[in-house]
Amino acid sequence: MTKGQAISLQKNDGGSLTAVRMGLGWQAAPRRGLFGSRTREIDLDASAVLFADKQPVDVVFFRHLVSDDGSVRHTGDNLVGGVGQGGDDEAILVDLARVPVHIDQIVFTVNSFTGQTFQEVQNAFCRLVDETNGQELARYTLAGGGAYTAQIMAKVHRVGGGWNMTALGTPANGRTFQDLMPAILPAL
Amino acid sequence: MVAELVRGQNHPLSQVRLEIRVSAGRPVVAAATLGDESGRIHGVEWVAHPGAPTLPGLEVSRQAAADHRLAVDLDAMPATVHRVDVLLALPPGAGGPVSFGSLSAPFVAVTGLDGVEVASYTITGLDAESAVVALELYRRQGAWKVRAVGQGYAGGLAALLTDQGLPQARQLAAAIDDAVAQGLARSVPAPPRTADGDRSRQAAASALGPDQSGSPHGAQQGGHSAVGPYGAVQNPQGSPGQGRPAGSPSADPDATQPTPTASPGAPIDYSHPRRQNAAPPPPPPSAPPAPPGQPARPVAGDATGWSMEERLYNQVWGMFEDLARTTAAYRSAVDFADARMEKELDQVLSDPRSRIGGQGDAAREAAQSKRMQLVDQAREALERDLVQLGAEADVVEPALPAAFARWDNPVWHAYRVPMEMPMALRLGDLHLPESDPLRIPMLVRLPLERGLWIDSGRPGSFDGAIVDSHEVRRLAMESAVAHIARLLAVHPAGEFTVHVVDPAGSGARELAPLVQSGVLTAPPAAGAAGVAAVLGQLTERVDLVQMAVRAGAADSLPPGFDTSQQLLVVNDFPHGFDDRAVTRLRYLADEGPAVGVHLMMVADREDAGDYGPLLDPLWRGLLRLTPVAEDHLADPWVGHAWTYEPAMVPPGSQVLQQVLAQVARARTKHS
Repeated sequence: MTKGQAISLQKNDGGSLTAVRMGLGWQAAPRRGLFGSRTREIDLDASAVLFADKQPVDVVFFRHLVSDDGSVRHTGDNLVGGVGQGGDDEAILVDLARVPVHIDQIVFTVNSFTGQTFQEVQNAFCRLVDETNGQELARYTLAGGGAYTAQIMAKVHRVGGGWNMTALGTPANGRTFQDLMPAILPAL
Repeated sequence: MVAELVRGQNHPLSQVRLEIRVSAGRPVVAAATLGDESGRIHGVEWVAHPGAPTLPGLEVSRQAAADHRLAVDLDAMPATVHRVDVLLALPPGAGGPVSFGSLSAPFVAVTGLDGVEVASYTITGLDAESAVVALELYRRQGAWKVRAVGQGYAGGLAALLTDQGLPQARQLAAAIDDAVAQGLARSVPAPPRTADGDRSRQAAASALGPDQSGSPHGAQQGGHSAVGPYGAVQNPQGSPGQGRPAGSPSADPDATQPTPTASPGAPIDYSHPRRQNAAPPPPPPSAPPAPPGQPARPVAGDATGWSMEERLYNQVWGMFEDLARTTAAYRSAVDFADARMEKELDQVLSDPRSRIGGQGDAAREAAQSKRMQLVDQAREALERDLVQLGAEADVVEPALPAAFARWDNPVWHAYRVPMEMPMALRLGDLHLPESDPLRIPMLVRLPLERGLWIDSGRPGSFDGAIVDSHEVRRLAMESAVAHIARLLAVHPAGEFTVHVVDPAGSGARELAPLVQSGVLTAPPAAGAAGVAAVLGQLTERVDLVQMAVRAGAADSLPPGFDTSQQLLVVNDFPHGFDDRAVTRLRYLADEGPAVGVHLMMVADREDAGDYGPLLDPLWRGLLRLTPVAEDHLADPWVGHAWTYEPAMVPPGSQVLQQVLAQVARARTKHS
């Protein structure tokens, strides 16, 4: 998936997706020179912001793991990454059928809580998975990361009766999602 | 910023309440000495060691361990104390290392109570020494500092203490070695479990508490007390080694007996003493495949757990959470629709063009219909979820065991005195205005983690159907009796004892079923003398069990000691209570639950208004229940105000009397 590309979350057979998972995985980049084993720990955090009519209504992140309505759930904070060595280190589950009717956009973001830029992160990716069958719908790598500490990954938004996903990939800087609000708003 | 100290270096301490963490890799003894301005130790009472672990502001471990955490409160130190030396020593006895030279360098760190390190020190360069002064905390011009000392002694503790100027150094060193050896001996067999043993205490963290932290919104609902989630079943699929079969009693009669340990040389039996089979639990019933396009048909017990009881318990809590969340979704959508319409109407009003012709009306209508549309959609989603939850409740309610079931459930007519305590008890029903007529069972873990307060005061938020205070008091006592009867019925014979204090005899009529059936050990205590006698008896019991537990000698309770859970029911508080009795009651409320003594107050808070804020902690510590429906309970997820209805016996039903008669029969047989 490339920046700006949009895919529909309607299934080919006409039914629509009921549950999707936004997975985030990463490993700390090994450092050059001596003491190469001393990779510093990098804490990336995945967040999801729920918008109704361009107003943020609820946020799911490591301090608020379940949206009040229960439709969006964070699987918990991972402070170091790399545990799955290719699997998701943090994941946000969205039960699309139970998202409150007024929520029309959900924006997924990634922040470096420990402050390292994405240059120091290796094998970082964000992917969207159909939770009901485990099939990967979209994958988006953070490779070639620049000197920034956050990225607005993607948004899932209502289109008619169903949902679409749009890859955003906008770089930004900030420690938590609050710092990203100015960068998110133009993408809505 | 952590200061990594080297030998002799010092560092200021900004906090007075500290923790000193020691890790040595092998078991070591940790002790601390207090010194005056000149560094002199005045006597053995100035030394905290495994034989006398507590001094004002200081506590050390009773045993040798590889890791220690010493609590220090420098503010609590007597003014004459100017130095606190932290000592490490190798435990005596064969087999262990004899000098620090054969160990990796011990590491000590000073941390705040939040665990943030202030300073740390790795004691390097030790060789033949078997005791070492690790750190010194000392006063300098009114402030405390820490210094890395690292002074070792090849002569062990005796040499160390002698060097610090303690006259009885040799005797004390011997006493410490003795205490450590005893500690080692004590730690080999597993300490016998006590009556308040296992599950209940582990669950305390998620006890029903107004400070429930399960939800980020838990603290927002000032007036509501929160209902905690999954008791101890935080991880029902945890490792089988830890998972106790649900529903097995945590207070069984032989729990206070010494655990039979294998004699030396005999093969060790690794099987759980009371778990009959180690086979994995049967899989939960799974829903039959749903016809396409329709939600799966719900099944009772469709949740995780090691037994049907645990699965039903988790399923009920799952329904509770789902209803809380789906209602939150509905409410937030409606709020949003209202706010948006308001904004749009404001725009219409402020737009001069809207005053001409029908434009304004059209815009107004458009805004209103937009709101209607969104609210309808939200309502539709809510209805869909309510239908699903209603269908689930329809299959779950009939499947519930007696302890979880309504009084009108047929399971109560087939009641038999159980062999095991259930994991939870139903106190009533919960619902939200949107969810009517759906009811969620309100289940609390057993043994009770908090006392219960049946509020006989004027109902606060209800529409005044009942305003007669006598009627409320009668209903309060009636619902209390229903709760008591249920508690008695779900415990095995002789494992739950109820004491009733009814100083003025005002609850006599409602208490009649309990008195007449003979399930009480003694008739309700009346008058000030009766109050004092019952409180004295229970206070003594709490003291006794606490002492036994603290001394690690739960088996040393006097023979014939009644190990059952105790419930003290107090009607008409504070009638018949003097200051001494009130103090004792508060003591029981605080200390009782941990040792199996529980409290149920049937009271109007206003009656005790003379005590002022003195009793506030007592009321706050109890779970408030009302005799009539009232919306005062908050869920732990989003903090809705849930309407609570007590579990009452249907009018005209004799089920309570029948159940109590069986309980009484089993009691006489038991004793």
